[in-house]
Amino acid sequence: MLTVLAMVAGWPLARTIWLGLTDASLSTPEAAEFIGLDNFRYLLQDPDWWRAVSNTLVFAVVSVTLETLLGLGIALALNAHFRGRGALRAAILIPWAIPTVVSAQMWNWMYNDVFGVLNHILVGMGLLNEPQAWTASPSTALLAITLVDVWKTTPFMALLLLAGLQMLPRDCYDSARVDGVHPLRVFWRVTLPLLRPALVVAVIFRLLDALRVFDLIYVMSGNNRDTMSMSVYARQQLVDFGDTGYGSAAATLVFAIIALLTAIYLTAARVGREDT
Amino acid sequence: MIFSRQGPALPRLAYGLILTTALAVPSLPAGAESLSISCGAVGIELSLCQQGVEAWSKQTGHSVKVVSTPNSATERLALYQQILGARSADIDVLQIDVIWPGTLAAYFIDLKPYVDDATLSQHFGTVVKNNTVDGRLVAMPWFTSAGMLFYRQDLLTKYAAEPPQTWEELTVIARRIQQAERNAGNARMQGFVFQAKGYEGLTCDALEWVHSFGGQTIVNAAGEITINNPQAVAALDLAASWIGEIAPEGVLNYDEEASRGVFQSGNAVFMRNWPYAWALAQADDSPIRGNVGVMPLPRGPDGPSTSTLGGWQLAVSRYSRHPEIAADLVRFLTSAKEQKRRAIQGTYAPTIPALYKDADVLEAVPQFGAFYDSFATAVARPSRITGPKYSRVSAEFYASVHDVLAGKQPAAQSLETLSRRLERLSRGGRW
Repeated sequence: MLTVLAMVAGWPLARTIWLGLTDASLSTPEAAEFIGLDNFRYLLQDPDWWRAVSNTLVFAVVSVTLETLLGLGIALALNAHFRGRGALRAAILIPWAIPTVVSAQMWNWMYNDVFGVLNHILVGMGLLNEPQAWTASPSTALLAITLVDVWKTTPFMALLLLAGLQMLPRDCYDSARVDGVHPLRVFWRVTLPLLRPALVVAVIFRLLDALRVFDLIYVMSGNNRDTMSMSVYARQQLVDFGDTGYGSAAATLVFAIIALLTAIYLTAARVGREDT
Repeated sequence: MIFSRQGPALPRLAYGLILTTALAVPSLPAGAESLSISCGAVGIELSLCQQGVEAWSKQTGHSVKVVSTPNSATERLALYQQILGARSADIDVLQIDVIWPGTLAAYFIDLKPYVDDATLSQHFGTVVKNNTVDGRLVAMPWFTSAGMLFYRQDLLTKYAAEPPQTWEELTVIARRIQQAERNAGNARMQGFVFQAKGYEGLTCDALEWVHSFGGQTIVNAAGEITINNPQAVAALDLAASWIGEIAPEGVLNYDEEASRGVFQSGNAVFMRNWPYAWALAQADDSPIRGNVGVMPLPRGPDGPSTSTLGGWQLAVSRYSRHPEIAADLVRFLTSAKEQKRRAIQGTYAPTIPALYKDADVLEAVPQFGAFYDSFATAVARPSRITGPKYSRVSAEFYASVHDVLAGKQPAAQSLETLSRRLERLSRGGRW
């Protein structure tokens, strides 16, 4: 098992880290020379890189927060018994089932300032005076992309949390009902603490996903610096510029940042649990 | 995603870097060799390529496998770099973009020994020069392309306007017609659409503005960085004044197909695009069919009309096992006869000026007459001198221009920063 893991994960990772310490380029990969931490030094001085880091963090925090809240709401609603529940459960999964590249392009068209349906509706309802260029204007582009991610991934969150909800012991709820506890209080005192392990896992899944976001941003606004994520930055260096060494350094740093944030998050989650 | 080519610009990431073998000719005559060629696969492109290749196979007895590559030029370049970087002999003949000779020169054989001067001089001089790196002819011109101005003839007639000769005129006419049409209840009407998303297409558009103002070509032939000059600043300031005025703010995220979407649905007076848009705007299902005009791009105040050079070339890999045979295939495919067939059947613009006077070609594609001047005088992006660093130069340039258009920085300041960054990138203009 360890050998398999070392082959499929360890080797590529080690090689990326090694390439990050060289000046390898796509055109002459064999002429790579060891240059120490030069790539990283240069990377840390590049304002575009820090822009990408902050874009990624904003994207991850906003999207995961919204997805968790909305997903929890939907999961609670779907956990109740009503007619057509099975069909509804299947239906909410549709955004999640569409390939990201397709949904990104679809939203791109819906966001379009001239023929986009979103502007059409908002102007028609009188909420906007004139159409907005959602994905083009630097002030709204990142938000517009984040909302597409929320649209796409909330079902996934809802499903994970719904699974968690259905594992909860029924007797807690029965005794709460017998005691006549207010439903909101039940939610805060019973549901949320019991759901916590599922919630922690769901959030970590999404956080890892959101921090390495690439396809959505690349399809919706390409290499635009206003919306570029860390992965888009690394890809541009690696592929467009053919700078294997520098791109690998960026990819290594993406890995390090995600590992660090995950460690912080898991520690915080554990400390939180010991408190209660 | 696409810079100088036909076809829609949908994200072709979905198709990935998968090579699909499209055609394999089975039986081999004795002594015959087997080659492979990569062709674009947008629209009719692949079948035209196959027909040309089959004709050559019949003549020579060699078999050829046609390999189709990703439609997105960026993805295709990445694939080529991987294949060539691995010294693979899998592809003998490669179809390459006009900006790649500088980047990929080291991987291609010199075609000079295989193409005589008389043949070479048939082609546009600008393209041949573009394909010659350090005295080596690394690729043969196959078909060409250049930026054009498309306009709505019906709207110009309605408001008694002449097609604009300068950018200032275009600005005035676009504003006037846009306002009048909006007042008449056509709320979506835009004056001018172009490509201002942060990608290679913006480099093409902005180079046209800058050069037509007399602001040169970012980096000159000697490698000096020339972009920080008053004419370039004036050109970009004018372009920035269009955003939100005659151009929708959305152009900041438009590529070729997004701008064509607006123009072809009847919502724009002017559009800058490549020639492929002509056939589509005049197609049977086009709402503006019969109301479209096309002309060279406007001039600057005292500069020329400038189009950015696009188009595709054929090169032979130095890892090919049969370079002579591959060069013969390239010679055949780029010949006047084959280019004429492609022009008539697929409206692919020839790289041979004589074909623009050919009666058969003009009968099949009359608009080639209007395109000719733009093709003949098109300006190349500085890809030859900057070599492998071109994609970085272009990325720096379009990002700076995008900042100016988005109103984040005035042109003077942005170009000064750009100039400094390019100096550093090129180690003082030495590249």
